Amino acid sequence: MVEFALPKNSKVMRGKTHKAAAGAKRIKRFKIYRYDPDLGENPRLDTYEVDVDRCGPMVLDALIKIKNEMDSTLTFRRSCREGVCGSCAFNIDGVNTLACTKPIRSIRGDVKIYPLPHMPVIKDLVPDLSVPYAQYASIEPWLKTDTPAPTSERLQSVEERRQLDGMWECILCFCCQTSCPSYWWNGDRYLGPAILLQAYRWIADTRDEAKGERLDNVDDPFRLYRCHTIMNCTNTCPKHLNPGKAIAEIKTLLLQRR
Amino acid sequence: MVNTPQSNRELRSKLGRVRGMGSTREGVHHWWAQRMSAVALLPLSLWFVYSLITLTGSDYASFHAWMSEFGNAVFTVLLLVAMFHHAQLGLTVVIEDYVHSELWKMGMLLVVKYGSVLFAASGIFAVLKISLAG
Repeated sequence: MVEFALPKNSKVMRGKTHKAAAGAKRIKRFKIYRYDPDLGENPRLDTYEVDVDRCGPMVLDALIKIKNEMDSTLTFRRSCREGVCGSCAFNIDGVNTLACTKPIRSIRGDVKIYPLPHMPVIKDLVPDLSVPYAQYASIEPWLKTDTPAPTSERLQSVEERRQLDGMWECILCFCCQTSCPSYWWNGDRYLGPAILLQAYRWIADTRDEAKGERLDNVDDPFRLYRCHTIMNCTNTCPKHLNPGKAIAEIKTLLLQRR
Repeated sequence: MVNTPQSNRELRSKLGRVRGMGSTREGVHHWWAQRMSAVALLPLSLWFVYSLITLTGSDYASFHAWMSEFGNAVFTVLLLVAMFHHAQLGLTVVIEDYVHSELWKMGMLLVVKYGSVLFAASGIFAVLKISLAG
């Protein structure tokens, strides 16, 4: 059955408080989910008082400052720090988004940071994303053709290329994937918004010659039709893409080919 | 599954797990049937509510006369069919969403399917009985 309450070992306890250095004038409190599987303890919520006058503007700047200056045990993923790698996706202030493009200023009160929801936690803010990655592999995200490769590029008209807009920009941060209640309940069988957007990216590619096979692959009550147009995916996408629309396009194509 | 290291101990590859037994290739039918029955229910429900309002306060004889009219009987039967078909399709999705024990799921799906057929059949029989009885 669906788990409506956290299991006993997942109850989040009150954690430690790390004070800002003396002399800090403007302090923002960051409440961050901490979990270390090696300790055998429940997760806890640690509080870090950050001197925002000595910190960059984004939530990721604060996380890096905390790790560098206050508590080196804090674990999180980050890489590009400019919204193109998709590593620093967390649940910040109740919404899945990228820490590197989320201004601290935009958050009223304490900044609460949790890992992406409903994923197994490896440590602190690092979720285990191996299932979504396998789901991504399952849609075979590469060009499939039977026509022999031309001597130059496979060409597309401007109009054909335009059909990929709104999909190539996806950075696979899984903010949408882990915001979807349907994915929470059936993440083992439902492909989820991020993967379905990627599936449609290949279905819509005019250079690809495996459209039917790709449609077959998602024509399934669980893989595709667990989408109940809740639209959390589109609301939360930090790149302002629309996975809900991509899913609707797949459903339309499946209907058209009947 | 959250915070249980045991869940990581399954030795089958994640890709194998995700691919599972493959696609059923029959999701679109259920989805489309749900939309079609919803569209049919729109005018049928409006007509039915309107009819109930106009029949308010009438005695059995006038209701009997109303039900005996060909169009009213046919539309009522269509309403029953569309309604219980739609309800059954929707409840199936809810059960598939939330009930993960195979045994419970199968049991509840049977109750919903058989129940909707039972209610629809009873309703249709009642309409026929009223409208055809002299």
